[in-house]
Amino acid sequence: MSEVLVLVDSLDGKVKKPTLELLTAARQLGEPSAVVVGAPGTAAGLKDQLAEYGAAKVYVAESDEIAGFSVAPKAQALAAVVEQASPAAVLISSSGENKEIAARLALKIESGLLYDAVGFDGDANVTQSIFGAAITVQSKVSKGTPIITVRPNSFAPEASTGAGEEVAVSVTLSDADKAAKIVDTVVEEKGSRPQLSDASVVVSGGRGIGNADNFSVIENLADTLGAAVGASRAVVDAGWVPHTMQVGQTGVTVSPQLYIAVGISGAIQHRAGMQTSKTIVAINKDPEAPIFELADFGVVGDLFQVAPQLADEITKRKG
Amino acid sequence: MNIVVLVKQVPDTEGDRKLNTSDYTVDRAAVDPVINYIDEFAIEEGLLLKEAHGGEVTILTVGPERATESIRKALSMGADKAVHVSDEALHGSDAIATAKAIAKTLGGIEWDVVIAGSEATDARGAVLPALLAEVLGAPQLTQARKVTIDGSTVTIERVTDTGYEKVEGSTPAVISVVEKINDPRYPSFKGIMAAKSKPVEVKSLGDIGLDAGEVGLDNAWSQVTSFENAPPREAGQTVKDEGDGGSKIADFLASKKLI
Ligand SMILES: Cc1cc2nc3c(=O)[nH]c(=O)nc-3n(C[C@H](O)[C@H](O)[C@H](O)COP(=O)(O)OP(=O)(O)OC[C@H]3O[C@@H](n4cnc5c(N)ncnc54)[C@H](O)[C@@H]3O)c2cc1C
Ligand SMILES: Nc1ncnc2c1ncn2[C@@H]1O[C@H](COP(=O)(O)O)[C@@H](O)[C@H]1O
Repeated sequence: MSEVLVLVDSLDGKVKKPTLELLTAARQLGEPSAVVVGAPGTAAGLKDQLAEYGAAKVYVAESDEIAGFSVAPKAQALAAVVEQASPAAVLISSSGENKEIAARLALKIESGLLYDAVGFDGDANVTQSIFGAAITVQSKVSKGTPIITVRPNSFAPEASTGAGEEVAVSVTLSDADKAAKIVDTVVEEKGSRPQLSDASVVVSGGRGIGNADNFSVIENLADTLGAAVGASRAVVDAGWVPHTMQVGQTGVTVSPQLYIAVGISGAIQHRAGMQTSKTIVAINKDPEAPIFELADFGVVGDLFQVAPQLADEITKRKG
Repeated sequence: MNIVVLVKQVPDTEGDRKLNTSDYTVDRAAVDPVINYIDEFAIEEGLLLKEAHGGEVTILTVGPERATESIRKALSMGADKAVHVSDEALHGSDAIATAKAIAKTLGGIEWDVVIAGSEATDARGAVLPALLAEVLGAPQLTQARKVTIDGSTVTIERVTDTGYEKVEGSTPAVISVVEKINDPRYPSFKGIMAAKSKPVEVKSLGDIGLDAGEVGLDNAWSQVTSFENAPPREAGQTVKDEGDGGSKIADFLASKKLI
């Protein structure tokens, strides 16, 4: 059976959920192998978890050089593994940086790239959702090794033991791969909440919350659900939360199991970033708000009454 | 400093965007075209860099004839001139072919930095700037929320999930900028009038020296095989809060096994 490569994303020494989703989905196409690219020591803590989710091999490309330059070295490392393994496909989770890695890889190995897949079958026929989820497209790579970036939450992760055999990969970087040097990494905010782009539950607040201080209503509700926190652009423009929290056409696209929109009207640009959520719940005092057109469950009411009550109920039911 | 800004014309998101049923490409007649929203921030950044360092701002667009409307708007904001690559053979090109066409065009222009938007609203690829850097072998300084140039050194703040990275490279460099990096200016009346006489050079594939076998629908490295209009999401149940709205949602979530 041919191999299928999955680029590993990790945070704080743990494999991120989208990687586990891809290791699971990769089994449709062949035998999953994981590729860890980063600073020395990155793979050690990840290997067991990767094997638990079916990685037959764990390719390890680690060096300070790889970690010291932006994007290109990661693509070069993947290209080196592709050459060694001749895989049936390369799977990469869709994030800003990962899509750039996939793009550069496509040129390096002269292969077609399909981005933001929401599903695919055993023949690498890919499903994409475009124009704010108005159209569903089927696509196929027609040259080389299919490179597919997949939206988080498109597949459910399932454990399945793999051998997890470690294979060291040596990577030679060209001058062009070392043209963009990372001179500093700054962490501005890193709470305990999950990351917006790949969270399975997202609670977002809109202009209806009225002011920055009231945003705690959204955060409290999110915390009872272990959810990530998002916002509409109105809230970002008002300066109540940073731009990284913006959901929508010019912000983050999310596709969680559950999306709760609180005090958000549901403008088309906002919908473009959350319309593929599996279940949508809305709280808004205006019965005509367009968000109700796509909500699976909506409550017309004052968010300052409904949201805290919901938070209390969830806490109570969790016992 | 010679600054090139990449501007893409896209169908307006507010419209009912469609694909052509014949070849599955974007139906550019169905909806009025506009400048890709984030590209206005790229234009503004180009103008700010010119104001700080001198030089010229050139708009570069690959796209059908009608893209001239967007080019004129970019010129009316204050850019000096434009290059418009337009050729029937480009129809249906994927991002990879577009990157090659842009790289070839840049080969015939003096440039120090090329500035793109981070993402276009049509296919939301966000891949072109990275592809272009790879084709050119130039530093990829993308997803910038801040750009600083000192001599031949370009430093950006690259947005990450938890903050930012400072990334540095030398000119010639490829930059992409995110929304909010600046505040795009509106074209003034004077700017609109001046734009009418600014030079727009239209180039064919032959002019830029790219083989037609590298571009277009038939040579794309991936293909759309079919599409369908997604059934509109069906609205579920909406209830009025009678003092128990929160617990009603909790009931719903429990019924869906979400809590
Ligand atoms: C080019 C472009 C790109 C854009 N990109 C994005 C994007 O990426 N993401 C995005 O979100 N938007 C984006 N927008 C903006 C978008 O068009 C809307 O303006 C924005 O989403 C509105 O945010 P909102 O729903 O929070 O505010 P509003 O539309 O003002 O809605 C607030 C809602 O809160 C409700 N409300 C008020 N008080 C209460 C209360 N006490 N209890 C319950 N409900 C209450 C109101 O009934 C109303 O429906 C973009 C716009 C443009 C032009
Ligand atoms: N056909 C094009 N002509 C000029 N610039 C483009 C073109 N396509 C993409 N770009 C630039 O690349 C950015 C990212 O586009 P995309 O990868 O299509 O999301 C855009 O914001 C533009 O600045």
